Parts: sequence; structure tokens; C-alpha cells
Amino acid sequence: MIARAAKSGWLFWGALFAATWLLSTYSFQLYKALDARWIVRYPKGWEFPLEDHISAFLDWLVESAGFYFFSFRDLTRAISALIEAPYQILRNLLVEGFTSGVGDAAVQVAPALSWIAVIVTIMAIGHYARDWFLSVLVGACFLYLAVFGQWESAMVTLASVLISVPIGVVGGLFLGILAYRVSWFERMLRPVLDLMQTVPVFAYLVPILILFGFGPVAALVATVIYAMPPMVRVTIIALNSVPTEVIEAGRMAGCRNRQMMWKVLVPSAVPTLMVGVNQVIMLTLNMVIIASMIGAGGLGFDVLSSLRRLDIGGGIEAGLGIVVMAIALDRASQAFSERSARHPLEGNILQRHPWTGTVFLVIASTLVLGRFVPAVQTYPDALTITTGPFWSNTMEWINVNFFDTFEAIKTVILQWLLLPVKKFFAGIPWAWGIIATALIAWRVGGWQIGVLAALLMTFIAASGLWPKAMVTIYLCGVSVLIATLIGIPLGIWAAESPRAGRIILGVMDTLQTLPSFVYLIPVVMLFRVGDFSAMIAVILYALAPAVRYAAHGLKEVPPPLIEAGLMSGCTKRQLLWRIKLPLATPHLFLGLNQTIMLALSMLVITALVGTRDLGQEVYIALTKANAGQGIVAGLSVAFIAIITDRIINALAAGQRERLGV
Amino acid sequence: MTTPVILDCRNVWKLYGAQADTFLNTNSSPSSADLEAANLIGAVRAVNVQIRKGEIFVIMGLSGSGKSTLVRCMSRLVESTAGEIRFEGKDLLSASEEELIQIRRKKMGMVFQQFALLPHLTVLENAAFPLDIQGVDKKTREARAQEVVELVGLKGREGYFPRELSGGQQQRVGIARSLAAEPDIWFLDEPFSALDPLIRREMQDEFLRLQNILHKTIVFITHDFDEAIRLADRIAVMKDGIIEQVATPEDLVLQPATDYVAEFTRHVSRAKVIRAASVMEPIDGDSFAGDVSHDAVIEAIADPVEASDLPHKVLEDGKPVGQISRKAVIDVLVGRR
Repeated sequence: MIARAAKSGWLFWGALFAATWLLSTYSFQLYKALDARWIVRYPKGWEFPLEDHISAFLDWLVESAGFYFFSFRDLTRAISALIEAPYQILRNLLVEGFTSGVGDAAVQVAPALSWIAVIVTIMAIGHYARDWFLSVLVGACFLYLAVFGQWESAMVTLASVLISVPIGVVGGLFLGILAYRVSWFERMLRPVLDLMQTVPVFAYLVPILILFGFGPVAALVATVIYAMPPMVRVTIIALNSVPTEVIEAGRMAGCRNRQMMWKVLVPSAVPTLMVGVNQVIMLTLNMVIIASMIGAGGLGFDVLSSLRRLDIGGGIEAGLGIVVMAIALDRASQAFSERSARHPLEGNILQRHPWTGTVFLVIASTLVLGRFVPAVQTYPDALTITTGPFWSNTMEWINVNFFDTFEAIKTVILQWLLLPVKKFFAGIPWAWGIIATALIAWRVGGWQIGVLAALLMTFIAASGLWPKAMVTIYLCGVSVLIATLIGIPLGIWAAESPRAGRIILGVMDTLQTLPSFVYLIPVVMLFRVGDFSAMIAVILYALAPAVRYAAHGLKEVPPPLIEAGLMSGCTKRQLLWRIKLPLATPHLFLGLNQTIMLALSMLVITALVGTRDLGQEVYIALTKANAGQGIVAGLSVAFIAIITDRIINALAAGQRERLGV
Repeated sequence: MTTPVILDCRNVWKLYGAQADTFLNTNSSPSSADLEAANLIGAVRAVNVQIRKGEIFVIMGLSGSGKSTLVRCMSRLVESTAGEIRFEGKDLLSASEEELIQIRRKKMGMVFQQFALLPHLTVLENAAFPLDIQGVDKKTREARAQEVVELVGLKGREGYFPRELSGGQQQRVGIARSLAAEPDIWFLDEPFSALDPLIRREMQDEFLRLQNILHKTIVFITHDFDEAIRLADRIAVMKDGIIEQVATPEDLVLQPATDYVAEFTRHVSRAKVIRAASVMEPIDGDSFAGDVSHDAVIEAIADPVEASDLPHKVLEDGKPVGQISRKAVIDVLVGRR
């Protein structure tokens, strides 16, 4: 019966929607009529106390777990010390200067690197990586930090980036190599990586906080955990895509395993590996603000404290500082990934290493000069420009003059879109929600995905998080819908007109390098807290993949098919609707998938602006340092992400199969 | 035949599929139908070949015929499913991992279809790579690399990276690298297939020039029958994993063993293959226009023989063994025989 109905597509989807709508609208009446409260509320008695178990386990770990010679706490302390030492050296180098002695008796031995030295160094790196243009760009970015008074915070942030990026890259590389070599390890690692990519960061901030205590070390650990998974993935892909013949050439030369890895595989894979390094850097910067919740200082802390004080100008200033730094580091590391080995220069040691020479010269001379001319050592305060008041005034002006307009837009969208959708999702009885999700998954991707969906949704219900999960799904759904409605036409435009394409894709590139947190700042300023603000921030953050994949999909349509269409006499519009879009659907689905993933990760952060979804649950757990609560809510978000990911991938695969591509 | 056998393959099999390893225990010589029924692919089937010292042995077959798998069985890049391979008298298949590494380091060289150069190393460093792997010190290995780079005609480009070279030049680097460790046996897996026809021809000449200097034992894989005839001392024609015939280019053309081989040889320009000895007649006079060597191909002697009314004398080791007339040459040229 069900199977036959399932065969006729429209009937199935129509019936499913009708049933869901009816149950959602009349669930309350149903509960009253049958006097069965369990219909609308998951019974407390059936909840599975996973939260408590996790919390208890962590307590045991910290309090009494031990190995033969040392306790677990010793282990975390040892890790702390290992991370702390180089971090402190970098801080001394960039911010505080080196001192000897303690407290008031401390004598400064050497000052920190002067701002001029740091800028020259970064410019040298930019020139080494590509050319003068990049060198000037990154130099300008860092000069901005000095001129706009963000220098000290920026250097603290840079110190933590310089610690977590190498750890993330080397750790990711080694895990990736291990997975490449040992197949069972890869099979084990794959689901962990999937989960790591979807569990919101907030969820593992709590256990890290408990294990490492509040402070920069905990922040660094969290950052590394967050930024490492893509490096592992990229390493596995990079090693697997080394051509077979190259490996055979290595074997015929008589390579041993170690020689094969370090002389053949890794060097051949370097260009791809650098893409992973770039990702690690970007994710590290993305974590800057979040990590400041558990003790990282620097720009992130400035943003967070400004937000808490509702200091609009300060928040935007520090936020822009992070953006500028992200742009500089992104462009420089991207240039490294595109850079191929170059011929060494000829001449004496200075001629062969012109940049290293210059950098040392500048460092030494500013060190000496800085003793006599303070402006060389530290950018003079008198010359800093602050834009804080400007931003505050602008915001005030906008709010005074456009308050009614914004309010009207907000009310209309709330009334006609957000609230009805929210009511629909909130009304769905949990039991039917599980069944409906399973049915959708089964219909699209087969019974395995159906069973997986049912199990994961049951987990959410059994954790007592059903209502919050529904809020997450509703907010995510609406935001993704709008992001897609805006993004796909933009993508089409970008693909059809090369000039528009350059601008649109350029803007999207920049949007993607911004740390997710930054989106919150202007949104909160303009629309204050609530679901509407959250939606706007999520749309902004998740727009890029929809645009990119649409543009990419349209560009990938094979030219002969377009020529065939033209020769059949298609108009431009027919060409788009009859040929290009149908062929681009697999790409559109992938874009949709990415949009949803980004939307979910952003939603958790929007909990800060007062949504009542799973993100809020995670955030509450963080403030109460309740590890169990945080992890369970985080897993719930991850499970929603995994279900949608599987369903959409199945859709895309089905579409690809039908198109035969 | 007095020249010693360097590489001896006896009844070598390579099967792919679920029960590939155990299948031959139950059926030691399965037919195509048997393999299909068991859902196995017979990439190499019952191959017997003997590669002799100093010869150019060409394995010719279309794509999917198993020729690349066979050469990988010979170098143990692929483990054979069954059979025996002896290299310089020693059993190659039972060699330990360590012995295999030593054999590959000292005695085998291989050239690949897509060149397989390391993108981060210069021409010189690529050529020195096998020596670097063996732990040879930098000075010695670069001196040796310089020799082979000059040998393949790339002097002046030692500092280039592979991406800065044309396809033909890249393959010259591949050849230099495979020769750096002075191997006894030289495998070339479709070395010129990725090149343009004109460059391919130039590289074939280059290859013959090198072989004239080096006298290596060579296993050369190709899908191009013309290339095979041009280079080979002996050719093995392969189809569906089976060797259809092993013979000199001339015998292949004159006495094809199967219809498949005949199909290949039908369109070959015979004058390039057939040698004087095959078409000569017994001597029946004492006036000759000149001498030709018994192993000269007809194409090479056609002009003088055709131009004279008298026959030419055919010499083997300086002794007359027959005569060749204008008619015999024309017969070959127009394809009457």
C-alpha cells in the first residue's frame, strides 16, 4: 500500500504534506480529545539521561581518572605547558617584549618587534608568495591595524594564530597520512570527521573548559580541534590523487615506505596540501571571537566585550580588524598554494636571500632606533584614527531616520513568513515528526538512510530537545529558502555575464573569509535581538555557496549541448530553462547542501541574539559549564545536519544518474 | 641461440576479481568462458616469454589487452596470481621485500606513459632521484645525473622544472631517470604514446640511438604496430591477456600465427619489414650489379636493385648466400608477396 503510493511521486509528497499539516494544526485538539498528552510533549519519564552520564564521566575524568604513574589532570597540565611555552614566547616577541625577573623587579631585556618590523616581514612574505601587488595588499592590511589603533590586540590574535595553525596543519597532516596508510583507521576516522564538521563549536568548548581551565590554552586547544578536520580530509584526498604512475616510479626507484611518503607522495601533493593550510588559517580566524569566550584575548575579546556593552563603534572597529587580518592571511596563504617551486637566485648570501636580509636589517635597525625614537617601536597614539564614534553615529542616524522602515519590513516578514512557519513546525507532534523524516529519507535515499534518519530524530526527541530542534529547523529552513531565492539568481547572473560574475563572485569570496561572528554586529545594531535578526545573519553567512555552486554549475554545462540548443533555435530564456538549469541541478543541490550546513553552524552563533533553538541550549550549557547538556544539544544539531546532508546527497546522486553525468 | 635469457616468464597469470587468488587452484587453465562464469577478469593468461640479453622485446596489444599488467608483473609492481618469473636466474616472485628493493635499485629501470616526473624537482634532481633514494652522496649522484641528462640531449636544461618542458623533453627526463642507476633490464611502458606523432618519431630515433650506445635488455610496451616493427628485435602480440604470437617483425608479417595477428600485419608496409634473405633466389650466374646484406630490409635496398638490370648479390658474413633481382623487390613493393 505505502510502496505503491510511494511509486507515484506527487501522490506521496502531497499525502505526506497534508498529513503533516493536519497533524500540526490539530495536534492540540487531538491531545484534548484523546486525553493523551504524550502526543504533543515527549514524556519526561521516557527521556534518556545521556546529559548526566556525560557530565559524570567528565567529572570522573578530571577528579579521579589516572594512568599508572600520572593522573588525567597531570596529562592535561602537561599539554597546557607544551602549548603555553611557545605561545608565551610569541606573545613576548609580538606584544610584551622580553623581560627578566618577576613582578616589579622585572627589567625589560628586549622590546617586542616594532610595528615597522612586523609590517616589513609580512610584506616580504607576500612578495615571496607571489608578487609586489600581494605584498602591498598584506602590508596595507597590517598598516590599517596600526593606524586604527588595533595593533596590540591584533598581535595577540596573531600570536594565537601562529601557534594553532602549525599544530593544526602538522596534526592534520599526520592523521591524514595515517588514514592513507591504514585503511581501518580511515574507516574509523571518517564518521568522526563528519561529526566534527557538523557539531557546533560551542558544544566542545565546555569539556575543554573543564579540562584545561579558562585561559588562552583552552582557547588554543578549542581552535585546533575546530580547525584541524579539513586538513585531515585534504591530506587524504591529496595523497590519494597522486598519480599511480608517480607512485610506481617511486617503487621502481626502490623507495622504502618512509622514502615513498616523504620524497614522493607528500612533495607531489604539496599544492593540494596548501589548500588545506589555507582552510586551517581561515577556520582559526573564524574561531577568534568564539575562543575569546573561554579566555583568548586579542581582537576577538574586543568584539565580544563591545557586543556585551552594546558599544557599536568599538565592535565594528575590532570586527573590521579581524576581517582585515583574515583577508591578509587568506590571500597570502592562497598565493602559497598556487606558487610552484622557483629557481634559486644566484650570487652571495644577501643576493640569494634579499628578503630575509632586508627583514633582519629592518628588525635590527628598528630595535636600535626604537630605543631613541619611540614612534619607531610603537605606532604613536597621536596618529591613530578611531572610527568608533563614526560607526556609532552612523548607526544612530540610520536608526533615527529609518527606524520605521526597518520596523515595517521586520513586522511584515515576521507576520507573514516567520510566525506561520514556526507555528507549523512547532505543532508537528514529535512521533509524527520522526515518522515523516524517516519517510522522506527512505523515499529519497533508500531504507538505510530512512532508518538512520529515524534513529537520529529519536535521539533528539529522547534527549528532550524536540521543541528546540523544531525551532532550529524552522529558522534554518526559512533562512535557507531565502538564501537560495537570492543566491541562485545571483549565481545565474554571475554565470551569464562575465563582468557581473567577477564582481559577484569577488564579493562572495570576501563574504566567505569573514568570521561568522562579524555578521552579527550590524544586524543586531539595526534590528536588535530576535528571530528576525538571526535570520538575516544566517542568510548573509550562508548565501555564498548558493551563488557559487549555481554559477559553477551553469558554467560546467558542456558547450556542445549549448551549441545544439542554439542551433535548434532556443531563445536565451529557453536555453537557460530547458538546457542549462536542468543540467546544473546536481550542482544546485550541492550548493543547497553547503548552504544548509553553513546556516546550521551560523544558527548556533545567533543564539547570542536570543533565538530559542538548539543553539541557545548549547550556549546556556556553556555559561553554566554543563558539559553534558552542551554535548547532547551539539550532537542534536549535528544529527539534523547529517540527515539533511544524506537526503540532499541522495537527491543529487539520483539527479546525476538520470542525467548520466 | 646462444644469448642468455635475462627474464624468463613461465605460465604467468594475473586474474582480477573476488576469488582471483584461489580460482586457479581448482582450474589451472581456465578458458575465457570459465573466467566469465566465475566473474573474473583475466588480465594476463598463461604467458610464456623469454627476454634475451641485449634484445628489444616489444609487447604489442590494444588497450585492455593486458600488456601493461604483464610488464608490471615482470617488475612485481603487480603481484602475479600464478606462474614463475625468473630474473637473471633467480626466482623473482619469492624475493623478499628487501631483495626486491635492491633489485629495483640496481637492476631495473622503468619509463612511464605519463612521464611520472616529480613536479617539485628540477631536471637534474629528477634524474638523480633513484640515486638519492639509494643514499648516494649529492656530488656523485649529480655527476651521474649530469651524464644521463646529457646522454638524452637535455644539456643546458638541468635547472628546469618538468612543467617548463615540452612532452617530448619531459619523457627524455623520464628516460634519463630510468637510466641513472645503470639498470640491467629496461622497461618502457608506452613511453611515446602521449606524444604527438612527429615528436613520437623523433623519440623513436632517439631511442634507437641510445640503444646503439647502451645495448640494454629492453621490454617495450606499445599499442602502435608501426612503432613495434620499427623498434623490435622480437614482438609479442597480445590479446585478451593471451600472447598470440612471439616472432621477429618479418616472421610476423610473413607467417602470422592467428587471424588476429594477420589482421594487424595486413596493412603494414612490407618493404619496411621483409629482409633480403627472405626473397632472395639461388645464385644462377656470375655477373652482379653489386652486393647487399642479407638482413637489409627491402625498403633500404630498393633503389639500386630496381635501377639495374643485373641482380645483386646477397652476402651473409661476407659470403654470398643468394641473389636478389628487380622482380623480387617489385613483388614486395606492390604487395604480391
